[in-house]
Amino acid sequence: MEAINYLNPTAQMIIFSALKIGVVFGVVMTAVAYAVLVERKVSAWIQNRVGPNRTAPFFINYLPVIGPLLVRLGIFQPAADGLKFLLKEDFTPSYVRKVYFWLAPAITVIPALLTVAVIPFGSNLGSEKMVIADLNVGILYTFGIVSLGVYGIVLAGYGSNSKYPFLGSIRSTAQMISYEIAMGMSVIPIFILTESLNLSDIIRYQAENGWMIFKQPLAFVIFLIASFAETNRLPFDLPESESELVGGYHTEYSSMKFALFFLGEYANMIASAAMMVTLFLGGWTLPFIDALNLPASSLLLGLIHIGVFFAKMAFFMIVFIWVRWMLPRFRYDQLMDLGWRRFIPLALANIVVTALVVALFNN
Amino acid sequence: MSTKVVDRAPLTFYERTYLPAILGGLKVTAKHFADTVFKGNSVTMQYPEERWVVPEGYRGAPYLVKDQDGATKCVSCQLCEFVCPPKAIRITPPGADGLTADRKNAEKMPKEFEINMLRCIFCGMCQEVCPEEAIFLQKDYSITGENRESMIFNKEKLLKLGGTHAGIQKWKNKLEEAQAQETFPVDAQ
Amino acid sequence: MSAPAAPSSTPAPVTAPAAPPVETMTVMVNGKTVQVPKTMPDWQGKPAPTTMLQAAKIAGVDIPHYCYHDKLPIAGNCRMCLVEFGTPMMGPDRKPVLNEDGTPKISRSVLPYEPGTPRGAIACATPISPGMEIYANSKATHQMRESVLESLLINHPLDCTICDQAGECKLQEYSVQHGQAGSQFVETKVHKPKAVDLGPRIVLDDERCILCTRCIRFTRDIAGDDALGIVNRGSYNTISAFNPGHFDNNYTLNTVDLCPVGALTSKDFRFKMRVWFLKETKSLCTSCGTGCNITMGSREGVIHRYEPRENDAVNGPWMCDSGRLNYRWVGHADRLKQVLRTSADGTLQPISWNAAIESAALILTQAPQGSVAFVVSGRQTNEELFLLKKLATHTGAMTDAVARDGEPDRLLVSEDRNPNSNGVRLTGMAFTEFGFNLTKIADGIAQGRIKTLVVFGEDVTRVGIGPELLAKLDALIVSDILPNATTAAATLLLPGAAHAEKRGTFVNVKGRLQKFHKAVEAPGEARPEWEFLLELVHSLTGHNGYRTIEGLFNQMAAEVPAFAGLEWAKVGDTGVTVQI
Repeated sequence: MEAINYLNPTAQMIIFSALKIGVVFGVVMTAVAYAVLVERKVSAWIQNRVGPNRTAPFFINYLPVIGPLLVRLGIFQPAADGLKFLLKEDFTPSYVRKVYFWLAPAITVIPALLTVAVIPFGSNLGSEKMVIADLNVGILYTFGIVSLGVYGIVLAGYGSNSKYPFLGSIRSTAQMISYEIAMGMSVIPIFILTESLNLSDIIRYQAENGWMIFKQPLAFVIFLIASFAETNRLPFDLPESESELVGGYHTEYSSMKFALFFLGEYANMIASAAMMVTLFLGGWTLPFIDALNLPASSLLLGLIHIGVFFAKMAFFMIVFIWVRWMLPRFRYDQLMDLGWRRFIPLALANIVVTALVVALFNN
Repeated sequence: MSTKVVDRAPLTFYERTYLPAILGGLKVTAKHFADTVFKGNSVTMQYPEERWVVPEGYRGAPYLVKDQDGATKCVSCQLCEFVCPPKAIRITPPGADGLTADRKNAEKMPKEFEINMLRCIFCGMCQEVCPEEAIFLQKDYSITGENRESMIFNKEKLLKLGGTHAGIQKWKNKLEEAQAQETFPVDAQ
Repeated sequence: MSAPAAPSSTPAPVTAPAAPPVETMTVMVNGKTVQVPKTMPDWQGKPAPTTMLQAAKIAGVDIPHYCYHDKLPIAGNCRMCLVEFGTPMMGPDRKPVLNEDGTPKISRSVLPYEPGTPRGAIACATPISPGMEIYANSKATHQMRESVLESLLINHPLDCTICDQAGECKLQEYSVQHGQAGSQFVETKVHKPKAVDLGPRIVLDDERCILCTRCIRFTRDIAGDDALGIVNRGSYNTISAFNPGHFDNNYTLNTVDLCPVGALTSKDFRFKMRVWFLKETKSLCTSCGTGCNITMGSREGVIHRYEPRENDAVNGPWMCDSGRLNYRWVGHADRLKQVLRTSADGTLQPISWNAAIESAALILTQAPQGSVAFVVSGRQTNEELFLLKKLATHTGAMTDAVARDGEPDRLLVSEDRNPNSNGVRLTGMAFTEFGFNLTKIADGIAQGRIKTLVVFGEDVTRVGIGPELLAKLDALIVSDILPNATTAAATLLLPGAAHAEKRGTFVNVKGRLQKFHKAVEAPGEARPEWEFLLELVHSLTGHNGYRTIEGLFNQMAAEVPAFAGLEWAKVGDTGVTVQI
């Protein structure tokens, strides 16, 4: 460990970044896997079912009480699911456009994972900041990358050369583009208030001046709803509405390629949740306790900060899952109406009002 | 009846914000969630351990039955084989020198009786057509095997699974009637 | 009733000799007026007064019957064909009484002592009279049929489930059409002997018998073996054999066909397969030169029975037991299933058909003229013999066939036991007497002149060309169905198909050319001989041929003088007569 101190700063940066990237990638992947489990379990409970409770590795018999409990909670289910996805036959229909068909799953997953790079998921551990890339224009980067995700879906629909995927991808394109505008405009007041595009700065501002959710409740609501649309979650799951389009844009996919879409969807959920925590819930900070509200001074505090961040994120994940069982799917015209004729004017008004308030009162 | 057009009640502003619907949904889902997690109100049946009560008249797997004397009822008339829509039934008739029936007077019994449970669609036409009341759709619904061959049930297996079904013993009655007659007593086989 | 005078104005056909005018009379069946001949041939072919049943048949009306059979003497005992009828009313002056509109007044048949009740007549035995009206569909007729059927079923055991006749049983058919659903008979049924061993091929169930006596009449009047009769009285009437267990003439199984119910059943077919599963294929019996027409009953590649098919030019509705039961060899386990050729080490090795045809063509091409001989069989079809003849002509070969004779009988069995001896003669593969060339061929092999022998369907070791002679040959091309001493010595073995597995034609001893159809698939690699012979002829002569049996037959008809003018499509199910 000591040897690191003798290296030049660039080498140190490379080593720590690689380490952070590795850890964050691993954590996000695990989180995706368990998000699926949580989704299945919560869905089951809301529907008076029990959910996955069978998967048991051979060693579970040696754990007396805790073992059966873990099995009942389905803790090992994600492993089994992952294994299944790996072992299933990867089938490519004869009529697809092969290049796009193969490219689409990758293009869906990569942006979803890249978004996480600029999220400050903790204060610091030692002298290392808990963000992979502390960009000045973090939020612009995020929006830029997120809008790439739609290409994956469009290509999947086009590459599949089949009617249901095609319809799914068309819907998805329209929906994503519509809600991206509302989403982007909803966060502008935050930058007006914080005077920075750097996410770490935004967190610092919230730690000092209170969470954005209280200052910009309208922006929060618009952002929340838009992120449902961006992640294709109910009530905005038109691109893959099973009852109409079989499986939507991923109808023709199987095995690992299908799993990548699945992964991308949940990674998107995680990224959205992380963005909401960062922008509106003060990121890793907890108000009223100074030690937790300021950058960590010890390793333990650093870890607690990460824990706080994850707890807030988990809350949003649960909301995502819960809403799925609360609301029916929007009709297509309702979806468009809500996006263009409600949220965009509201977000614009919010910008104007915030700007006016800032201009009039802060000076 | 003529169509009656009912006016849709206009929504108030509050309703148009979707908030009451969202809150209502929240309440319902939260209640079910709590019921399941804390009270254990689950509708799930833990299948292999818990079993469903099969109702009367259920059309499960068709099996051959024996009469109250333990004799095979089937006389190999092959009507079920003929009527079977997916051609799941295959009967090998006894032939002239084949084994005689294991009960008196019926003369005929299948040499082999096979039902391919993979082909069977559980329609019950075999039961309906059977003039001897020898085949019945019973309550088995979980029929599994490790290969295709094991899903072809032979006579022995079908009879074992089918059990006993008491009824009018036509052939026995005929024999008793004939034996009671003054002339032409029929020899018991 | 005067027959209409021959109209002189209509031009008579010039070439056809004037047929003797058929005397006809007019009757009305179900309200339809028909002209029927005054007399029609009876079971022996002699003219007899036309009956109501025959008249109805001409009118296209089927009257149900059990005991009547057009090739048996009339007994009139089942009463099933009872119909209501009417005749023109005669006045005291012996003139027809006329209605007001000028039509003759009809008096319906009634009971003489009870004029309100219709009286039926048995259609099978009642001759028609001029102006007669037959009411085969009237309410009274239906009531009579219903009552007769009810009486016939009084002692019937209703054991269709185990009865082999079920599915082709007249009792079942008429019960559906004319019977009642329930039985009024509450008394105990009379039980009669069941599963009586009547003879080596016949089982009798007396309970099912309706006492129509068709079997008795057949065996007495057709087979000439008066072995069956009715014993006991009233409800206890029972069919019995003169010497039970020994009803064993060669035509006993015809009584099974004749029996309209399931009383007489075949031991061979007993409990073997339900008749509704059987695919019926029109075919020929190959056991002798008579060429009886048969219907082959098969299911999923297995032949279950032969039944005679009516053809008045050949066998009538009958066939002999020995021919009927001679079908098991078709599905025999020993059938030749592989194409084999002697390899370098002297053992027979399986090869493909293409290689076999090439090999045979090479042998026949390289053989010098006159060094080849053909021995063919009277069991090959005309088409195959025609192709073999082409091969023989091409190689300048000596040809012959093998005679197969047996004891004839006075009814159907012929002395010639080959089904197609005349086909061999007509295609020129042998002289009138078979076996004339066989000794010459044997000598030729012994002297080393003949080095290649082609054998189709015969075991030549039994006709003077023994294994020691066969060993001297360079090549022995054999095609057969079952293994024998010749196939064992073959250097090239081509498995052939039985008649049930291919299509073709035979010419019977009387010169009747008849065709037969395919019922089942040939086992293994075995193929119809005409298929591979066609390929061989093509490889050898370069002349292409037809790829279908229809085309091949038509080509043969064009080239063989005896078959001139024939076409496959025009040879009907009962065949045509050719000049022999």
